[in-house]
Order: sequence, then C-alpha cells, then structure tokens
Amino acid sequence: MRAPDSRGYFGDFGGRYVPEVLIAALDELERAMTAAFADPAFWAEYHATLRDFVGRPSPIYRCERYAADVSSVPLVMKREDTNHTGAHKINNTVGQALLALRMGKRRLLAETGAGQHGVATAAVGAKLGLPVDVYMGARDIERQALNVDVMQLLGAQVHAVTSGTQTLKDATNEAFRVWAGRVEDTFYVIGSVVGAHPYPFMVREFQKIIGIEARRQTLERYGRLPSDVIACVGGGSNAMGIFAGFVDDREVKLWGVEAGGKGVDGDEHAASLLAGSIGVLHGSRSYLLQSAEGQVRETHSISAGLDYPGVGPEHAFFKESGRATYVNITDAQAVEAFHGFARCEGILPALESAHAIAFARELAAQRGADDLILVNLSGRGDKDIGRC
Amino acid sequence: MLDGAFVRARREKRLAFIPYVMVGDPDLETTEAVLLALSDAGADVIELGVPYSDPLADGPTIAAAGQRALRSATHLREVLALAWRCRERCAPIVLFTYYNPVYQFGVERFAREAAAAGIAGAIVPDVALDESVELRAALQAQGLAMPLLVAPSTPQQRAVRIADAATGFVYVVSRLGVTGAGYAPDFAPLHRQLASLREVTNKPLAVGFGVSRPQDVRNVGLLADAIVVGSALIDSYAGTRAQAAAARVRDFVAPLIAALPVS
Repeated sequence: MRAPDSRGYFGDFGGRYVPEVLIAALDELERAMTAAFADPAFWAEYHATLRDFVGRPSPIYRCERYAADVSSVPLVMKREDTNHTGAHKINNTVGQALLALRMGKRRLLAETGAGQHGVATAAVGAKLGLPVDVYMGARDIERQALNVDVMQLLGAQVHAVTSGTQTLKDATNEAFRVWAGRVEDTFYVIGSVVGAHPYPFMVREFQKIIGIEARRQTLERYGRLPSDVIACVGGGSNAMGIFAGFVDDREVKLWGVEAGGKGVDGDEHAASLLAGSIGVLHGSRSYLLQSAEGQVRETHSISAGLDYPGVGPEHAFFKESGRATYVNITDAQAVEAFHGFARCEGILPALESAHAIAFARELAAQRGADDLILVNLSGRGDKDIGRC
Repeated sequence: MLDGAFVRARREKRLAFIPYVMVGDPDLETTEAVLLALSDAGADVIELGVPYSDPLADGPTIAAAGQRALRSATHLREVLALAWRCRERCAPIVLFTYYNPVYQFGVERFAREAAAAGIAGAIVPDVALDESVELRAALQAQGLAMPLLVAPSTPQQRAVRIADAATGFVYVVSRLGVTGAGYAPDFAPLHRQLASLREVTNKPLAVGFGVSRPQDVRNVGLLADAIVVGSALIDSYAGTRAQAAAARVRDFVAPLIAALPVS
C-alpha cells in the first residue's frame, strides 16, 4: 500500500486546499507525523494504549445464522464494536492525541457527526489530560443527545454549530475555522480519512490496525484470505482501515458501501462516490455531492455517521483505479439488516455498519463455501436505539 | 487596472481602500446599488465575494451573507454578469471566490469569462501557493491578477515566495483566524510582517481580516498600501435593500476613508 506523493495526492485526489493560515500548521504536523512514524517508541506507546485502553486486538466472529438461509459462505465480522467507546474511531484518536502530546500541543479540537468521534476524542483527551473542544451541528446534537452527554461526562466542551446545514459538514467547517485562530497551541483531531494532507494518510495509518489484525486472524482461523472485504463508507476511515490490510492481496475484492438513503436516483442520499462528481471540500480534491454551480449539497442518511457529502481522497483513487468497488444500501435495507442481524447473531450493529452487513447478505447469495466474506462491524448500535 | 488604482493612491500619498461585498446579499439589485455607492465614495478596488456553501476562511458575518446570497440563487455566473453590467461605473473588481465553484465552472473558462466581464483578478483563499500553479497560469494568460495571502503563521521564507508569485497585490492577513469584525488586527506582528515584506517586494500590500473601525484603519499605518474591509461593511447594511443599503454604506465608509493613513 502506497503513501501519497509529496504534495499529498493519491493519483489525482487529495492535496491541500486550505487557507494560508493553516499551511504552516499542516507542515508542522507532517514533519511531526513523519518523525513519529519512524520512531518505534511512538508505535510501542500506540499499541500499548490500544491493548490496555481500547481492548485490542478486537476479535473476529463467524456468523452462524444471519445469511445461512441464502449461502454456505463463511461470513466473518471484524468486531470493532467491541472497542472502548464502541467503534473504530478510537484507534485514530489514540494515535492523533499521542502525536499531539509529542508536538507539545495543549488542547484538542474535533468535529463530530454522530458523536462517536467526539466521544473517542473526549475519552483520549481525558486520559491524557488534554482539554477537548468538540464542534457538532445543532441538528446532530438533537439527533444524538446520548453522545453529547457522554462527551460532557468525559470533560469535553461541546459547541453547537448553527451555520449551514447544522450537520457534520458544517461542524467540520467550524472546526477548521476555530483551528485557524488557535494553530499555535491546538491539535485538530480529524475523525476520518478526509481533510488536507497529511490527514487522509495519517488517519489511514492509525486505522490500518483493523486490517492488519483481521488479515492475521483470518489466516490463523481459516487458513486463507477472505474472497471479499466489506465496509461502510461515509468519510471512509473504517473502510480504509480494513482495506489497508488487504490492498496488496490482489485476489481479495474490496467493497465500500455508501449510504443510499432514500435511493441514489433522487437527492436524499450520501453516496458521494456513486452519484457525486470531482471537486474540493474540506481541504482535498475528491468526489462530492454538489450542484452544477459547485455548491456542496445537503445529504441524507438514516445513519448520522454516513451523512456527509464528501469522501476520503484515497477512496476516490481506489474507485478510479478499480481496486475497490463501491455500492450503496438504502435506509430501509440498513434498518432491516440492523434488526435482522441483532436477532440472528445477538449483536446490535451501528446503523453505519448495518449498511455493510446488508450488502454482505446480498453478496453472500453469490458466494459459496470456498469463499469467505469479511465485514468490518465498525461500531455498536446502542446509540441508534429508538431511531429505527 | 489594479496597478492604476494603486498608483493613484500612492500619488495621492494615501492608502487605497478596498471594500468587500458579497454578491446577491440579499439580492443583486442591492449589490449593484452598494457597488456604485462604494465607487462614488472613493473605493479604489472592490472585492466581489462569490457565494459558497462552505467558506472555510470566513467568520459568521460573511458566511451568513453567503447563505443569504445562495437563497437568492447567486452563483459565479450571476457574479460575472453583475460585474459586466457595472464595469463602466465601478472601481476595478477583484473576485473573492473559493476554489470549488471555479473548478466546476472550469478553470480556463473562468479566466476567459472573468476577463471578458472586465474583472481585474481573483483571490482564491483556499488555493495557497502550493496548489496555485494551474489557476495562476490560466488567469495570467487572460491578463488577470491572482493576489495570494500571507498569514501571521506564514514562515518568512515562504512569505517571500508568496510575495514573488502573487500578482496584483499581496493580501496580508492581519491576525490568526477567519474574517470578521469580532477581533481587531494583531498590530505588532502585522507591522513586523509588513516591514519584512516591504524589504522583498514592491508589490502593493493590502491588509485585511478584522479591519473594521477608523482606528484600525489608522493603526495599519504607512507600511501597507491598502486596507480591506468586509464583515463590518456587510453588517452596516444588513436588513436593508437597494438605495437604503447604499445610503447606509455611504455613511459607514466615509469615516473609514477619512481615516486612511496619509503620508
């Protein structure tokens, strides 16, 4: 798996489209990241924290019932829902917060949509003694009240963002703006493989642990690689994390599942790669949902974590190169999978992850006992109780 | 066109005045009235803001003005049409636009049509030096300027490279953060920045972000060549339209223009 070029591009995608005030901060971050990545002591601390604080490695689990009626294919879940704070997000916040300490930054800043990244940042900030400010759209604050309470219990300040669509897109705008005023002492912890270089690369490197573990576990348990790896894609960090373990295994098919909302033929979805076009948002060139005039569109997904008009630039690169295939699952299909999976397997998946699970069942019908489908179960569904 | 405006200000031994207006806030008729009022009042150059859904460099005032303008369906095409309509009655125009609307319009086509509309240049705040090569070349091919921004956080060697690549003028950001009248410029570091830029470039230095009151204008001092006022100007006519807005603008800019440092 490759790093981006020196200007932060994966093929034609990525780069650094931000105001000048942030360029020096991104340069400083890139230098610190490069030094940390080359330092075994940094990785030792990261892995120790993942083991003791997050509970890694997360297990893999073979589903016995969920797709048994349609296929004999082994269907295996990578259990990121078992992580502390309930999702894959914390792999990344641990890495970035440790880097912030190394850089001597005194505060953490984060955007959040569903609140999972905000909670994961708040938890790590509390553990390391770094104050955390979280920016969250006013509409998301209403939709995800439980996570707001958790962030506050963990000592974070949650700021309501009332501009624009009042969701993740605008929370991200606001986080960039606040960072521009505090670049000297504040580390901006971005929650997905998006943003200006080096964020998409750095976040992938911190989420790569998912794929590295899953590859080793699948080989140990089943003596072979998966035929297919499936993950949901909003910004795309859980997908890039698990894909990273298999990108160089050319025989393994990679599937990214976008939020089809009420159908990708209409306007109410969040399928940037399937129904969007190339543009610039939040600091990088990638696919996004936009009007003909280049205004970023409002999106819809029942899952707040996928409700985002952009997508990480490396996913755009994988789409163009054909290394991964992107599909969509609608709200209704995701809800059906959420309920079906809970009843068949005794696991409540996050609505985001339910998109990947729904597609896995579709794909299972075309696979047999010699294949193996691996799904990233990226988070647990407690936060979604009562919403579907 | 820009050179002429700065030469005139220098000849008159004063700083140039560059107001910023969000086009279509709240409608095109108001913008046109405001543009003409600003030109009559003595604006040397006018920055025309192109509405954008996600303005990363802007604070609440300009972001909200952009939202109002989008509600009146103002996009790049409408901005170019307005500039063309006003071209003979108005101070030289520089667009202030984020990159994505330009990218969707087509970079070459943007440069061509902006030139045809009589526009003098374009400031693109999310295209810093490193990503600016293609856009700069396209604009230059049409005789348009592309001023680049220098921030307080910009290291000195980089500031020299930016000043070297900028055309029209160098836009010196007066403090960390985004646009808005809420925080005044950070004058001590600003003056150091201006002094060090002055040593390496003869290009005009325009100071913006947070310049909102006559005392800010005075405090920028003679190391700069121009001041940019945006958010405070937008606030001055919020809630009014057309000629009523123009009257508010005339009242608002008179003391600012009177406060322009004179050598």
